[in-house]
Amino acid sequence: MNVIVEDLTKIFEFQKVVDSISFRAQKGEILGLLGPYGAGKSTTLRMLAGLLAPTQGTIRFDNYTYAKNSNKIKNLIGYLPEQTPLYDSMNVIDFLFFLARLHNIPRYKITSRVLDMISLCGLDHEKHKLIRELSKGHRQRLGIAQALIHDPEVLLLDEPTTGLDPNQSFGIREIIKTVGQDKTIVISSHILSEIENTCDRVMIISKGKIVANGTTAELRRDSSSGYSLRISIKGDDTPVIHEALCELPQVQDIQILHKQEFELRCAPESEIEKTIFELCKNNDWYITEMTPIQTRLEDVFRQVTQN
Amino acid sequence: MNPIKVIIHKEINVAFNSLPTYIAFIIFFCITGFIYWLSPQNIFYTGQASLTYLFSVFYEVLYFLIPALTMKSIAAEKRDGTFQLLFSKPVKTWQLLMGKYFAIQSEVLLCLALTLPYYVTIASLGHVDHAIGFCGYLGLIFTSGCYISIGIFASSLTSNPIIAFFSTFAISLWFQFLFELIGSWLNNTFLSGFFGYLSISEHFDTISRGIVDTKDIVFFLSLITIFLALTRYVICKRRI
Repeated sequence: MNVIVEDLTKIFEFQKVVDSISFRAQKGEILGLLGPYGAGKSTTLRMLAGLLAPTQGTIRFDNYTYAKNSNKIKNLIGYLPEQTPLYDSMNVIDFLFFLARLHNIPRYKITSRVLDMISLCGLDHEKHKLIRELSKGHRQRLGIAQALIHDPEVLLLDEPTTGLDPNQSFGIREIIKTVGQDKTIVISSHILSEIENTCDRVMIISKGKIVANGTTAELRRDSSSGYSLRISIKGDDTPVIHEALCELPQVQDIQILHKQEFELRCAPESEIEKTIFELCKNNDWYITEMTPIQTRLEDVFRQVTQN
Repeated sequence: MNPIKVIIHKEINVAFNSLPTYIAFIIFFCITGFIYWLSPQNIFYTGQASLTYLFSVFYEVLYFLIPALTMKSIAAEKRDGTFQLLFSKPVKTWQLLMGKYFAIQSEVLLCLALTLPYYVTIASLGHVDHAIGFCGYLGLIFTSGCYISIGIFASSLTSNPIIAFFSTFAISLWFQFLFELIGSWLNNTFLSGFFGYLSISEHFDTISRGIVDTKDIVFFLSLITIFLALTRYVICKRRI
């Protein structure tokens, strides 16, 4: 199922939290909404989940809209809210049964569906525990289980790994990847590694607007932060080599990392490697290391959200 | 399964898995039992197998019991954020409210059903009019329905159950005593009648005496509907 968002705007009192954003998420795609705190990611997801009415703009799930097909859409989406609100006084299995009934899953399918979700989300040993007794990681797993209980076509996950340790985050990412093959998934997060490792496409939101949109490779390529190179040159003193490198026309910035070791930034496709090689040959220096450094998503994020 | 039934089932399960519900029930039985059987105005002192007194005791105690049962109904959902979870499911606001209302009404019905031994004991001690007994219980059900809808409304105004508890008292107090009091102060016949009509006690007294009047039924059902509609309005307004 495709999620089509057009000109979506949300204004609270006098603050524009989401500002005319448009995007499309396709079946089988994992779309990441990345942005700093307060960027409008959660508000966007809450509007997608039907919890908030947009001030302006439309949200369509294929041809369904909330105005006409609210219940139909809610049976097609699974939503994990931020902070994973759950009924603490219920036990895990009762909670999942309750939500399965609420989704009107046929009675004969409910038990197998609940047990499948418990098994998929690794809650076998916790299924009879009260929810308030669960660890943060298990609560998050249960949150995902409730979102998946009715086998939705669209999954909306708001900060699914926030506050988890690396092992727990890895577990959640694995679940998302397992179920993501035939679903449309929209994940919001401010954790770059989570988005980078999980999503097919990333949309960076800042101050309610989309400031970057594409695959992580595309974002890196389009980034104006240029091309970086780590280089180690032997054969002379560090200041001499540094001065010679500084004089190269392609070099935009250079840092001394260590003795005779430098990190330099230059314009993309400037063939800096060839120039450095010529420089070393002319001065009778030799290169011990030359490693291109990929622009990190973090750099792209900082660049687009701080401008 | 119908969402209302699912919510009733869940609410009753949660209520009877939590200690406060049992404590509220025990307090209800202790107070009603003490007043009716042991206090200075007990049934043996008056020497009459009076059902009216029994129902008036239940009526007063329900005024304190129901806020305890309703205070968490919406406030806790708002505090814990579980509203976000529920409203992302195919359930409408009115279905959620009906589910919560009928769940609490069922708890109160169970509580009233457990008072039947009192009724049977009185019936064995003297001659009682069973029609009045039936009407008394009917009146208690309608009255509790009003208090429940007021309680759910008060609970929707805040995310703090304690504030919801006292707000329910404050709103119920008007329907319990104050409207009647204002009505008795006024000389104007229309206003006096109007405020008198708003008093729950006046309608309960009529029913508990065995007179089932459409006027009283309409009053109870209207009050329940108005407060549930107000609750729906408050919840929907905050979702816009």
